[in-house]
Parts: sequence; C-alpha cells; structure tokens
Amino acid sequence: MKKILALVLALAMVLSLGAIAFADGDLITVGVINNDPNESGYRTANDAAMRAMFCEENGYDATFYNNNDAAQQIATAQQMIQDEVDYLLLSPASTTGWDTVLQDAQAAGTQVILFDRMLEADESMYVAAVVSDMPAEGETAVTWLADQGLDEYNIIHIQGHMGSDAQVGRTGALDAKVEAEDNWNYVTQQTADWNEETARTIVQSVIDSGDSFNVIYAENNGMARGAVAALDANGITHGKDGDVIVIGFDSDVWAMQAVLDGEWNYMGLCNPMQADKVDQIIKDLEAGTQPAEKVIYSDEPGFDCETITEEDVATYGTGVQEEAPAEEAPADDAAAEEAAE
Amino acid sequence: MSAETKTPVKKERRSAGEVLKRMTRHQLFIPVAALVLLVLFNLIADPSFFAVSLKQNSLGNPVLSGNIISVLDNASELVLLAIGMTLVTASSGGQDISVGAAMAIAGSVIIRLVCGGQVSVDTMQTSLILAVLAGILVSMIFGAFNGVLVAYFKIQPMVATLILFTAGRSIAAWINNNQLPIVNDQVFKYAGTFIPGIPVPTPVFITIFVIVLFWLALRFTNLGLYTQSVGINANASRLNGLDPKMIKLLTYVILGACVAVAGFIRVSRSGSINYSRIAENIEMDAILAVALGGNALGGGKFNIYGSILGAYVIQFLTTTLYKYNVPSTALPAYKAVVIILLVVLSAPVVREKMSHIGKSSKRAKEVA
Amino acid sequence: MQEGAVLQLRGISKFFPGVKALQNVDFTLRAGEVHALMGENGAGKSTLIKCLTGVYPKDEGEIYMEGHEGPVTIRSPQDAQNIGISTVYQEITLCPNLTVAENMYIGRTKGSLTRWKQMNKGAGKILQELGIPASPGQQLSSCSIAVQQMVAIARAVDMECKVLILDEPTSSLDESEVAKLFKLMRDLKARGVGIIFVTHFLDQVYEISDRITVLRDGQLVGEYVIEDMPRVRLVSKMLGKELGDISDIKKASDKAADMSSVPVLETEQLASAAGIKPFDFSIHKGEVNGFTGLLGSGRSECVRAIFGADRVTGGTVKMNGESVKIRKPLDAMKCGVGYLPEDRKVDGIIGELSVRDNIILALQVMKGFFKPFSRAQAEAFADEYIKKLEIKTASSDTPINSLSGGNQQKCIVARWLLTDPVYLILDEPTRGIDVGTKTEIQKLVLQLAGEGKSVTFISSETDEMLNTCSRLIVMRDRKVVGELKGADLNQDMIMSTIAGGDNK
Repeated sequence: MKKILALVLALAMVLSLGAIAFADGDLITVGVINNDPNESGYRTANDAAMRAMFCEENGYDATFYNNNDAAQQIATAQQMIQDEVDYLLLSPASTTGWDTVLQDAQAAGTQVILFDRMLEADESMYVAAVVSDMPAEGETAVTWLADQGLDEYNIIHIQGHMGSDAQVGRTGALDAKVEAEDNWNYVTQQTADWNEETARTIVQSVIDSGDSFNVIYAENNGMARGAVAALDANGITHGKDGDVIVIGFDSDVWAMQAVLDGEWNYMGLCNPMQADKVDQIIKDLEAGTQPAEKVIYSDEPGFDCETITEEDVATYGTGVQEEAPAEEAPADDAAAEEAAE
Repeated sequence: MSAETKTPVKKERRSAGEVLKRMTRHQLFIPVAALVLLVLFNLIADPSFFAVSLKQNSLGNPVLSGNIISVLDNASELVLLAIGMTLVTASSGGQDISVGAAMAIAGSVIIRLVCGGQVSVDTMQTSLILAVLAGILVSMIFGAFNGVLVAYFKIQPMVATLILFTAGRSIAAWINNNQLPIVNDQVFKYAGTFIPGIPVPTPVFITIFVIVLFWLALRFTNLGLYTQSVGINANASRLNGLDPKMIKLLTYVILGACVAVAGFIRVSRSGSINYSRIAENIEMDAILAVALGGNALGGGKFNIYGSILGAYVIQFLTTTLYKYNVPSTALPAYKAVVIILLVVLSAPVVREKMSHIGKSSKRAKEVA
Repeated sequence: MQEGAVLQLRGISKFFPGVKALQNVDFTLRAGEVHALMGENGAGKSTLIKCLTGVYPKDEGEIYMEGHEGPVTIRSPQDAQNIGISTVYQEITLCPNLTVAENMYIGRTKGSLTRWKQMNKGAGKILQELGIPASPGQQLSSCSIAVQQMVAIARAVDMECKVLILDEPTSSLDESEVAKLFKLMRDLKARGVGIIFVTHFLDQVYEISDRITVLRDGQLVGEYVIEDMPRVRLVSKMLGKELGDISDIKKASDKAADMSSVPVLETEQLASAAGIKPFDFSIHKGEVNGFTGLLGSGRSECVRAIFGADRVTGGTVKMNGESVKIRKPLDAMKCGVGYLPEDRKVDGIIGELSVRDNIILALQVMKGFFKPFSRAQAEAFADEYIKKLEIKTASSDTPINSLSGGNQQKCIVARWLLTDPVYLILDEPTRGIDVGTKTEIQKLVLQLAGEGKSVTFISSETDEMLNTCSRLIVMRDRKVVGELKGADLNQDMIMSTIAGGDNK
C-alpha cells in the first residue's frame, strides 16, 4: 500500500517535471536526485546547499527529487533522462542497481555527476564524483583516538543504519583497530539507526548494567547527543577533562560548538557542501574542460576540542549558528525557504 | 433488594487445575505472565539487573538510575500511545498507524512555538504550557482527521491513517521550515528528564498522571461502555441512542491527545527533533502492546490496563536485550521471536488448549 | 442397536463450566422417519446436535450408527459426514458467489482436477430428482433463501447421508417455501433417510414429523409418537408446567385502552428512507396494536420510522397531542419510546458485553455520557430484571452471547422496560425463541398494557397477534392497506386483507 502511494506520488512528480522541462531554453537544465532532507541535520544542510546553488540566478533550471528509496530514485532518474536534462546530479540511496540509468544517460548525452555518495559502476559511466570518503573519516577518527594514549579503550560503539555507506565506512576503521589491539574493547556495539533517542537508551542501558566505559564512538552527531544526554542524566563527565571521550560525525554547527565548548572531544567532519564543487565542474565542462580527477573527495578534517577554533565552526558548521541572526546567513536562509517550498 | 436476590455464593474448594484454568482465562494472564518470566529470567541470570542507585546528574540534581528506572522511564511514550490505541481499536476495530508521524507533528509544533521560529534558543520564547496545549490541540485535530475518515467515510482504519503515516513527517518538517531547531533551556527538558530535586524521571509521573486520568474517565464517564458497544455492534448501539460515528471520532481525538503528550515527552528528552527518526516504528510497538494486553485487534471489549502492561513488557524486553548485549543486527530478530511466542500464547486457540491442560490435570487428580 | 434404527445415542452428557448442558440423554432415529427434537431454548437441543456432529466433544456416552460395529467416534464435522451424518444449519453455510453445482461439490472432489461437465451433470440430476427449482450453473446468491437451503440439503443428500439434521431450517422461509421444503423432506423420507428436525414451530412439527423427542434443562423428557401427543401436552412437556390461559388476560386489557383520549403517539404521513409509503398511525394509552403483513411488506420499516431508526423523509409525529421531532433513536427514547428490533443478533444485543451492560445500556445512554450508573446501581437494575423476567444466566456478568436466544431476547426486553417507556415497540420479539418464552412475552405485553403503557407488537405468527392486539394495521407492498379491530380480528379477515380482498 505504501509503495503504491509512493508510486502515485512519484508519478505525479514526474509529470510535473515534464512540464517544467519546457520552461526555459537558455538555462542549463539539471536534475538533482537526493535523499530525504529530514533524515539528519547533515542531509538538511546538503539538500539546502544544492537547492541554493542550482537556481535560476546561477544559470540553472533545476528539478529536485528527494527520496531514500533507491527504486524511486531510479525511476525518477530515468524520467529526467527522457526529459533530456543536461546534467544529472545524483546522490544514490543505494550503491547498486544504477547500470541502466547510467547507460541510458550516456546514450541520451546526459552527463552524470555523483555527489555525496558513490555507486558501484565503471568510472567511465560518470563524468565526476564529489563525495565524502567515509572509510577515511573513520580512519582519521580512530587515529585521533589512538593518539589520546589511553591505557584501555572501553568503547560504546553506536552505529548508524546498518549497511549504509557512512556506517560501513566509519565502522570499518574502528572494527579493525579493536580487532588488532588488546587494550581496545567494545563494551557494546549496537545500531541506533541514526536515532538520537535509541542512542540514549543504549548508553543508559550500559550505565544501568554497571559496565565501565571511557569512549563513546557515535557514527553521527545526533546519536552522540543522545549518548551525552544519558551521560548527563547519570552525572558522568565527558569531553575535555571528562571521564568519557565523546566522538561524533557530520557537520552540524551545534556539534562543533559542543566540541569548541569542550563538552565533546572530537567531531569527524563529513562535508555536506559539495554544491560549489559540482557547480565548478559543470562550469568547466560547459567551457570545454574535463575535470582533472574523476573522484574528488571533500576536504574532511577531524576537529579536536583542544585545537578547534571559532573560525572552524564558522567555516564548516552547517545549520544556522546559535548567535547568528538570520540576516547574517543569507545563503542558509534562502536555502531554508527554498526547502520549505 | 440486591442483598436478598443474590444467590449465596458456594464456597467450593478449587483444585490446582481449576485455578490454573481461571488464571489462563483471565485477560491479563499473558502480559502478567510475560512480565513475570522476564523478571525471573533477569533475577536468575543477573540479579544486579534490578539494582537502583541514587546518583547526581550533570546539573547536580539527585537522580535514580538503574534498569528498572530505565524501563519505567523509556516505556512512557509507548504506554501513552497504547492507551489511546486501545480505545481506537475497541471502537473502530482497526489501528492507527500514523501515531509515530503524528508524534513528529506534535513535537514539531511544540518546538516551533518554544523556539519562536529561531533555530536555537537558550530560553523559551513561548510559555511551555501554551506550547504543549497547542501541540495537543493540533494533534487532536489530526486525530479528528483520521477519525472522520474512519467513522464518516468508512475507510479501513489502517488505510485511512496511512495518509498521515505517509505525509505526517513531511508536515512536521514543514512546520519548522525544514530546520532542526534546538532548545537549550533546561526547563524545557524537565518533562523528558528530571525536575531538580526529584530523583524519579518526569515521564514516569506524566504517565501515571495520564493513567489515573483514564482510570477516572473510565470510572466516571461511559467512555468504556460506549466504545465497547460501538465496537461490538454499531447497529445495535445506534438503536440504543448512541452515535457510533461520533464515538469512533472521539476515540481518535483522544488518541490524538495521547500522541501529543508522548510527542512532548520525546522532544523534551533531548530538546530537539529529527522528523524522520523521531518515534520511528513506534506504531508497531503500540499495536503490539494492545495485542499483548489480550485485546482483540478486531475491536470490541478491551482492557486498557492490559495494554499498559503490554507496553511495559515490550520495553522490559528491549532493555533486557540491550543488557545482554544482543548484537545490534540480531536485536530485531530476538525481539521478533519473543513477540511471536507471546502473541501465539495469547491466541484464543492456544488459551483454550491451556485451559484443557488445566482440566485434564484436574481429572488426573480425581482419578488418583 | 434397536431394530430399524440408523442412529442411536446413549447416555450423552456434556458439561460446560458451571452448566450441565446435557445429562444422560438417549436418542434414537429410525430409517425413513422425521424426528422432531423439541425443547425450550437452553434445553440442550443445539448442544446435542453439536455433540453428534463433532462440533463439541461429548463428555460421556456412546453413539451407534447403522453399519458400524460398536460405538463410533466423531471428532469433527468431517468425521460425522464420513459416516453419513449431514447437517443443514439455520444460517446458510454455502458460498454465495459460487454456482449451485460448485456449492454441491466443493470440498469433496477427489484428485486435483475438477471435471466441470460431470459435476454440472451430476448436480443437475440431483436437483431434478429432488425437484429443486435451480440450475447447476446458476450463481447461488441469485437463488431465494429457501432454494439455497434446499441446495444445502441436496449437497447433504448427494453425500449419501443416512442421517440428515435440519437445524431450524424454516425460520427464514415463508409459507410456500416451507411447503416446498417439506415436500423435499418427504421425498428423502421415502428414500429411507432419517431426518432430525429442530424447530420452534409447532404447526410444522405436527405437519411433517413422525416422532418427537422432548428435552428440558439438558435432560430427556421422553420420546413420543406424534399421534399420541396433542399440542397442549407437548407444550406442557416442554415447559414442565401447564399453560396459563392467555385469552382471559386479553379481555381485561381490552377495557384498559381508552380510545377516545388523545393518542399517546400519532403520526401523519410519516415516511422514511427505507421506502415505505407515507402512513398515518396512532396508539392510545393502554392499547396494544400491531402491524401485520407478509415479510417485506414494510411493517418493520413503519416502526423503524417512528423510532427514528431509518432516516425520516417526511411527515409529523405527535405525542400526547404535541408535535415532536424524532430524527434519531435518542430523540424517540427521550420521548419515552422503546424499540425492540426485529433482528436480535444484528440490531439488538451487544454480543460480548455482559447481561448487566446490555440491560442498562438504553437507560444509561439516556442518562448521559458523564453520568454512569454506579456498579451497585447497575447490578441492582440487572438483578431486578433477571428476577422479574426469569432470565436464565449464570450471573449478570455473563456475556450476553452465551445465553440462549430466548434469554437474550428477555434481556433486550428488560433493557427497554428499565427505561420505563410510555410506548414500547416490539418487532418480532418471539422470533426464534422457545414456546415458553413466547407465552411469557405475550403475557408481559398484556400486563404492560394493563399498567397503562402502549405497545405495538409485530409477529410473523398471526396467532400471537390475535392473542395480544386489539387493533391490527395491515400492510402490503410497503403501504398500509387496512385496519382491523373488534369482530374483524380473525385469521380469515387478516388473510383476505393482506391478499387484497377489499380491493375493487
């Protein structure tokens, strides 16, 4: 039933896309397929940035489609190719199943640019990919953690949605390290499905059981916040000079603020701002230059509570900053309004 | 006159078999038995499960901590939903699958008002009571929407509520302009965490309050009689002067209010909201709680306390599984196995068989 | 095994929690006889049938079947069918959207292939033999209820049954249909099939049966040959007491009604969405009147319109001379009108609720949502009426659907008596219930009238109407076609009015 409904909605959407495609001749037409912006703060920022970039003022006639279901994404992608968009910008919900879409795109002369997420296909099938390197993010974080030089690492590992790109990448590095080192142990390893509330219950459960731990490795910021709520409720100190090291991922400004305030120890950046780079690639292609590299990784440092600066927060934080009134962040505001529509 | 007309109750000595039979027939048998089993399992496996300690939280307030406290605390939202879901099930013979999405809406409304449109606030912009009342009102309106579809358009409850199930989270996001606002005001978090000086989690009090409210409502109004009548036989109810449509609608509106309170607790726990993750899949647990409570999902007679117990059983089970560190990927499977067992045990066919066992043991005794 | 017997039950007992439903009951069925099984509701007829057909396991006793050595074990209806016992229930248990032939063969074709041609041919043959007016290819739902019932019988017969159980087969049939059914039963009898006939209709018992077995309170009263058993004796056997003389009470009630006063309720050109022609109607204080007519003539629709059960589309209602608006049942209830609906199961009882809740429901609804009766008060009300109407129930807490039909009906009557109505409508209050309760309800109606209440009484059994009503409104084709009172109140006049004898 849900599927049928989704199908009908998708169909309606596709039909409206068809209408838009006739709108303007001078603009570069792009079809943007992304995940559900409500999934996380990271995704909200990512979607907002894409919408802000690909608008008429910047010379684009863009149509957007958001869905976490790969099958729906594929159907919409095919429709966009039939509508002869110039560029198909794709953040695939799953890594497989895209072969036909990519072949159709090539046949129709539609250029495919991947952003944020990779898919399994030969490099020749797309022009470029602007993505986050999830395993590298995990690697950076684990290396940082190892540098802290604790005698023993008793880790609560809160995983994201099992099987997702981010979960696999961020889990991989830590799993390898725990396997390799004797003094690295999991107190528990559970999925909270990116859910803050579930993360809180998992940590509360460990506390209730009386097991000791000194690291919380949460695979996104929301879950890290849930974990911290459980710590706070039990009076366990955390962050700079605290008993428990807290690690989160993504780019939310409030999380970076927490690192700056010393409440958290580390946040692995997952940069949602691929819009600029994608824009640059398209501009280059229009001018006749192929991108130098096929896969372009975003710049994704980790932030440590000892070294993070206000500037970092301002540069990399997404979502509106706490003190910043709306006027000072015009890009974000516009993005929010666009998204609201 | 009642004294004279009552026939004297014969005091018969009941055999063990008969007692067992009486027990298994009782509606609350399954949830109580499940709870007892879980308690026994934990007592044997690790009695420290039940340890409760007094700690200080990061704000310096005394708080109680322990698995039991966690169960009582974390089950709160589910209990509230189970109460409303029981009434909806009884009156309309179907379930509302949009409660999770509706919680997102209620939470979003409350957060939006408290934040006054800003993305992050340190002090609440609107009076909390006003915000919560608005959340309840909005949620009741959405409940009424579901109720109208079910009662007046006679759409199957699952299909009718599918609409809000699908659209609810987007509506919740839209209410806050797709932002993910954060409330840093500690007062806002009182309802979801602790009130300074009171070591018991506030959701426990809210839940008890709501349970008492329903106890009073069932005692001092005809809510129970009317919903059951309508659920069992709408035709006959109408011919006895009831308005079955109105009563069905009423139960959906009541569920809406329960959903809003649950949504408030949920957003108050963290002071934030994530539209697509908040209370995800909670509708299934709520329906399960109703079923575990021995209530027929086809409507009719109900026992609200059965559903409440059912909700606590589910949370107890979840907490137990966490405690024994069941691998994250296997967790749903374990839960499913236990749930299948419980549901099969509560099926009338199995209960009938169980009471037969009771009977035959009685026979065996007589023979011996 | 007795000579000539096809089926013999010996010492059958069945216990339910707190109830001895059957105690040591014997029953013998001979080949080629129609054997009526009689008894009040709750006497144990259905339980006996269910033990025999394997629906319930019996607790004690043996069943013997012709052609089987020693006692047979019957654990399921399937077992019963296999040894030649077939049952046709009151409610049709066939599939309405399959054809007649499919219904006759469903579930008993051997192998995975269905031979349609053969099936239709076989079905056609049996239908013809039994004189059933249906063709094999016809969809079952397009047949009348009577024919559907006959198809069910044909199915049973074709399974070469030796024992055919007909459980209240006539309760939804009209007279001509009953006649057809009886012809079929006689044919089967001639073929040597033993038929157990369960019914409430005395006339039918005397028309078709050879022998009668009477049960009372789960015990065997006796087996009688029909010729030796006058009706009055049969009824008193069933009740275990002598019948009171109803006609005496009636004469008293005739005087009670003052026809010159302002009517308690009066309708003018009342019409409803159920499709009745606008009608005028009135009833006076202490009067008992009734609507009569064939099934479907609109008699129920008239009283439903008065009660506001169907959407009223026109006309006016006056109570005690003052105009009132009755849009929904609650309006009528507040005016002091009570309505016992025609279909007890669908419109009357709230099945899983207790006897107590069922009794207090109407009064409770009138009292209001925020004013529930205290448990003690409700209990007192229930106990009062359980005692007054002699409702047989374990307690007031028992779910009403575990009571026998007659006792359920008494609960519904109690429900309305509790509201102390000035005007009570009883639509088929005696349908499907035992003779004893029927008489009690008739007496009650007259008693109510004696107390100054007005009652409209509807029954398919004209006898009952003649016993109780002082005025009859005759209906045909959803229209009031006549009104009979005084000397005109007799069977012949009713018949000729229904038939349209007064038309030019």
